[in-house]
Amino acid sequence: MSRSTEILLALIGAALVLALAWAVPWLRFVMTIALAKGLAVLGILLLLRAGQVSFGHALYLAFAAYAVAFGASVVPETLVLLPLAALGAALLGLVVGLFVVRYREIFFGMLNLALSMVFYSVLEKFYAITHGTDGIRLPPTTFAGQTLSNEAQGWAMLVLALLLSLGFGALIRAYLASPMGQALAGIKTRETRLEFMGISGRRVLLAAYVLSALMAGCGGAVLAMTTRHVTPALAYWTASGELVFIAILGGAGSVFGPFLGAVAYELTRVYAAALVADAWQMILGLVLLLVILFAPGGLWGMGRALLARRRSA
Amino acid sequence: MVAKIVAPPALSQPGSGHVLGPVTRRAALLGAMGGVGSLALAGRSAQAQASKPAEIKVGIATFLSGPSSVFGVPGRQAAEMLFDELNEAGGIGGVKVRPIFVDEGPGVDHFVGEYRRLVQSENVNLIFAGISSADCLACAPLSDEMKRPTLLWDCGTQRIFEDGKYEYAFRTQANATPEVLSALLYLLRAKPDFRSIAVVNQDYAWGRDSWDIFRTGLQALKPGVRVAAELFPRFGATDFSTEITRLLALRPDVVLSTTWGGDLDAFIRQSFDRKLFERSTFVLPLAESSLERVGKSLPAGHIIGARGDHWFLHPSPRDPALLARFTENYRKRFNTYPIYSTHHMAQAVFAMKAAYEKAIAAKGGAWPTDAELAAAFKGLEFPSLTGSVRIREDGQGLEDQLIGTTLHTDKYPFAVMTDMVVFPAASVTAPVGQKSLDWLKTLKPDMVQALPQPVAYKP
Repeated sequence: MSRSTEILLALIGAALVLALAWAVPWLRFVMTIALAKGLAVLGILLLLRAGQVSFGHALYLAFAAYAVAFGASVVPETLVLLPLAALGAALLGLVVGLFVVRYREIFFGMLNLALSMVFYSVLEKFYAITHGTDGIRLPPTTFAGQTLSNEAQGWAMLVLALLLSLGFGALIRAYLASPMGQALAGIKTRETRLEFMGISGRRVLLAAYVLSALMAGCGGAVLAMTTRHVTPALAYWTASGELVFIAILGGAGSVFGPFLGAVAYELTRVYAAALVADAWQMILGLVLLLVILFAPGGLWGMGRALLARRRSA
Repeated sequence: MVAKIVAPPALSQPGSGHVLGPVTRRAALLGAMGGVGSLALAGRSAQAQASKPAEIKVGIATFLSGPSSVFGVPGRQAAEMLFDELNEAGGIGGVKVRPIFVDEGPGVDHFVGEYRRLVQSENVNLIFAGISSADCLACAPLSDEMKRPTLLWDCGTQRIFEDGKYEYAFRTQANATPEVLSALLYLLRAKPDFRSIAVVNQDYAWGRDSWDIFRTGLQALKPGVRVAAELFPRFGATDFSTEITRLLALRPDVVLSTTWGGDLDAFIRQSFDRKLFERSTFVLPLAESSLERVGKSLPAGHIIGARGDHWFLHPSPRDPALLARFTENYRKRFNTYPIYSTHHMAQAVFAMKAAYEKAIAAKGGAWPTDAELAAAFKGLEFPSLTGSVRIREDGQGLEDQLIGTTLHTDKYPFAVMTDMVVFPAASVTAPVGQKSLDWLKTLKPDMVQALPQPVAYKP
């Protein structure tokens, strides 16, 4: 797919999200959450390129969300909190990354999972500070010094999430095409060859890991400022599982996959919950099963196959 | 005689009923998208309505999945039954009521989205939210933001109205402070010279909060009690052998546990198997909800509560016929005894009815706006299944508390309560504007002498 088609697709996608949020006011919130999760999933995608699955990326999401929750009482400014929380998450990613990039495959996944559960326990046990499972309510944040109405704040967060998604989407696309990105694929196929070429697999993975933590941090910050209530459940292993779920649903073939997957996931979830309040999990499960069985490339892969068939016909 | 029960009206079917033309893949896709859009667009005209609606829609958040569904599902069942009964009696002011259930199971961020959907898409007139305290903390500010009256029907945390002020959120039940304090007061009178206590609570907000309340109250009312152990097993634990072994070794006079659900069932059964009940007196403020499940495993002589004055054998209900009818109808329909969450649901339903009637009367028969309805909740006094509840000016409900001692009879295959004490709500609730923990510190030991007399079980 050519570059201009991709840019066009991205812009159409962004316009669709905005149109949907405008036509259906309550979906604005859902769309913002979806994009925030999409950002985190973009990080998962990066690691998937290296053949590594992290079952603990909710750690960075939750870390940034709590950083925003604590920071908001000091500086209630969106444009300050967001980069600070994201950088915090990236720093944490660097520290954790130094250890976990020594491991591959199941060990990498499990180690990430363990660390995110450690953070979950910390949030839950330091009850006097974090209020445990009841969570922390965020005060309203200002936007560039302006106190916005709830309506405007909702739009601001959506547009912010959209800009972040477009920005990081473009960045990751360029990153994957660069030598660093190509080396990630090298880790997946055969790392030894990569080492023979004089490239350190660990460093390549570490760079991707920190970048993924940064994006999860952005997602977490947006998530916290949108829901305005954070709980330790954000760091629970099911939250990490959800991110991997979305990555599979959307397809790992392109930077569009995570966002497509996240939007599809959130929409399926809210509509399934609206349709059958007590069996929505089953619908969600069925959707994933169908995708795994019939569209291993995810929604994105499915869309591409359809396009290709049309072109050849 | 049981009133005829009509089937609940079907939930709306979003996206259905779209006729597609010649079905190509693209047409099907567009059709599906159109369906989604039309469902959602229906909510665009959501505004404060002052004319009589065709029906009163009530969004009800409850746990339909996860461990808390032990309360959530009975809550939903009670709502279905009470809404049916209300509609058979002509609805509220001639308008039928319809519940729309949403699952709290997936967590706060999902629930916040669901809350918006209920208001903006379903255009509900009221929301009953939440069993989870986190959900209540998140939705109370939202109710003010979206200007939709919200009844906090079951959550426990006392933080909501002590840390915040809301115009649209009201609680139709008590909070953790009276629920735990009444159990403490009961213990102090039933067993005045106990010297040591151990706590086994679930390791999450409620377990920590309730122990904080109990301990603070205990230090004020009976200083010098030794805390033998503070054990916080994992939430959702199924094995309590380490805790029980320690308690057997430490021999505390009293074991407190505010645990609930499957955790409590497991803890009671395992304590029974290892004869811990013979060594210590248990104080289980939420055990009423487990009685039927644990059966004879919970021996006689232990202190239990029900998060309010909820008990199908209440010694002095305001309207005995109402309680008996509710218990009988519920048993007939769902084949189980109603537990406290069904009472809490009934209170939310009764409060809604009373507030609408009050607001309609205040407007001379005209239909109230959302703001007028919300204003009607302030100071509202409405009946519960066993007594009455008043909503204070800060939004907190004043609900009496019932604590009793277990007793085994031939009539029931599980323990019932005897020596029941009904604590008047005002005596055990922190006054308006005071934080619970600060207020508990000001309590005086002579409070225990002023308690109402216990009432024995009457077969």
